Amino acid sequence: MSKLKAAYQTLLNKWHIVIAHRFFWPIFLIVGLLFSIAASTFDILDLYLQLILIYVGINIILTVSLNLINGYMGEFSIGHAGFMAIGAYVASLLTVNVFPQTANMFLFPAAILAGGIAAALIGLLVAIPSFKTRGDYLAIVTLAFCMIVKSVLENIDAVGGPRGLLGMEKLTTLPWVFFWTVLSLWVIRNLVYSKFGRGVLSIREDEIASDLMGVNTRQVKVIAFVVSSFFAGIAGGLFAHTLQYINPRMFDIIKSTDILIMVYLGGIASIAGSILGAFIYTILLEILRPLGVWRMVFMPLMLVLLMIYRPRGIMGLREARLFIPLRDLFASKFWRQKKKESGDASAGD
Amino acid sequence: MPLLEIKNLTHRFEGLCAVDDFNFTIASNELVGIIGPNGAGKTTVFNLITGVYRATEGSIYFTGNELVGRTPHQITKLGIARTFQNIRLFKELTVLDNVRIARYGQAIYSPMEALLHMGRYNAEEKRITDHAMELLSIFKLDDAANERSKNLPYGLQRKLEIARALATDPQLLLLDEPAAGMNPNEIKQLMEFIGWIRKTFQVTIILIEHQMRLVMGICERLVVLDFGATIAEGLPAQIQNNVKVMEAYLGKELVK
Ligand SMILES: Nc1ncnc2c1ncn2[C@@H]1O[C@H](COP(=O)(O)OP(=O)(O)OP(=O)(O)O)[C@@H](O)[C@H]1O
Ligand SMILES: [Mg+2]
Repeated sequence: MSKLKAAYQTLLNKWHIVIAHRFFWPIFLIVGLLFSIAASTFDILDLYLQLILIYVGINIILTVSLNLINGYMGEFSIGHAGFMAIGAYVASLLTVNVFPQTANMFLFPAAILAGGIAAALIGLLVAIPSFKTRGDYLAIVTLAFCMIVKSVLENIDAVGGPRGLLGMEKLTTLPWVFFWTVLSLWVIRNLVYSKFGRGVLSIREDEIASDLMGVNTRQVKVIAFVVSSFFAGIAGGLFAHTLQYINPRMFDIIKSTDILIMVYLGGIASIAGSILGAFIYTILLEILRPLGVWRMVFMPLMLVLLMIYRPRGIMGLREARLFIPLRDLFASKFWRQKKKESGDASAGD
Repeated sequence: MPLLEIKNLTHRFEGLCAVDDFNFTIASNELVGIIGPNGAGKTTVFNLITGVYRATEGSIYFTGNELVGRTPHQITKLGIARTFQNIRLFKELTVLDNVRIARYGQAIYSPMEALLHMGRYNAEEKRITDHAMELLSIFKLDDAANERSKNLPYGLQRKLEIARALATDPQLLLLDEPAAGMNPNEIKQLMEFIGWIRKTFQVTIILIEHQMRLVMGICERLVVLDFGATIAEGLPAQIQNNVKVMEAYLGKELVK
């Protein structure tokens, strides 16, 4: 009986590893991709529901990328909408003015990528001076950046000035959103579980101690900021080709506030939390649509209340095991096994 | 050639002279104690060596390199590591990550390889994780590898800080009051432990302590600091009977 129980226990232990890291992800990816293709080609899913899922995906990308700065690194950036704007405008200009209309279907990923790269380059320009000095300059610099982007766009006639840009095709489909969302989650999760990601975390915990332990804190901050801006740009491109219309006002501080709320709602420094925050908030926005302008009161209020009563969010500083690499998740366990094996080996000699 | 040589080091905080024309040398494999009453400038000396503050005047040479003007992580890379008077672990991070962060410079892969978990990433991560676990097991902290460091008992946090410092592969280890907050029995064990670390890891150690009798046993040489200047230097036995030192400590340790 006890043997059976032990066997069951090992199965349970192993099962978790198996389910988490060997089978779950490939199956999830294939099913997700197939479902998203099916849903957008055949009329399985209501167009409205499809649209909501597309917004959920875009918001996940925005949330997880801002979480890198505000959650993992513990700095405070309010400029995420500015980077989103850059991605949106660059991608839109490419599909509308540069790429031949007929090839847009195929060149769409290139347009999105270009939007991401443009945002990343601008991110680099913002990061280098802002991280030169210690202190809470980032909030001010990114706030200013967001305002500058908006007024620059309003003053360039070639991109439609305050009227904005029109004429994008509806190229953002569910499969593409699925692809970019998974990519952003995967890349940021990879970064977090690397020496640079641990550097990011240590900056949040104690920047001076981090520097003293050999972490090149400036390099780490710049990398995080560039990656974060890149994915904001990606999200912007996807957003522009969903709505098929953009103008500078869409990317103001209110948009940034939305993203901040999703980060602090879902939980700082957590991939799972970012997904959760984006999901809940996007759905909530839809439900509260009848409130109209009152949303503008409700949302900032929600942010303030969150930061007071639940500053770390639902999943704050915790991660779903699915996202943690085995090497980290079972570090102690693996080490014990290894020690036992080498002990057995030497005992056998 | 001495391992570390400090010449005419002076540091002022808005008028307050925390370190005043301080001179100091230490050779490889020495264990030297810096003692002195509260506010003597001991921690400031460590902050100057490790680049947290930039010296107002003077110079610091380590294996022939001038340290003044370098950033902390550059100095760490040259081979100096330290612990803190008030424990400064990465509290919310695991014990393992605390140590692995200190191997930032030893893990060789590019940001791109990190983003894609490709190329050298896997082999290097395995290498630094194994090394970190090895180090933790030496400190009997391997079972706690997945714990958040803030959940460790106080004594183990102090130990983890030393393990983390050693993870940077230092030649010179700076310990700032490692015995603070411990009872006499723990302190005795800690001092033996420090002697053992010195032998095992072949490191040169500077140990700050403000209670003189704690370091008498293990330090070969003591430097006594008061108001940022050296007031006495020599063998522990000489220091014990030095009049100036007694004066500096009067009303404190020696009265008891
Ligand atoms: N950042 C700072 N700004 C201003 N003054 C400082 C700063 N750091 C230290 N001081 C002052 O410099 C003097 C030396 O401080 P330091 O911390 O080096 O002393 P210490 O010898 O380490 O004392 P303790 O035994 O209490 O740790 C003290 O008078 C202290 O108040
Ligand atoms: Mg001190």
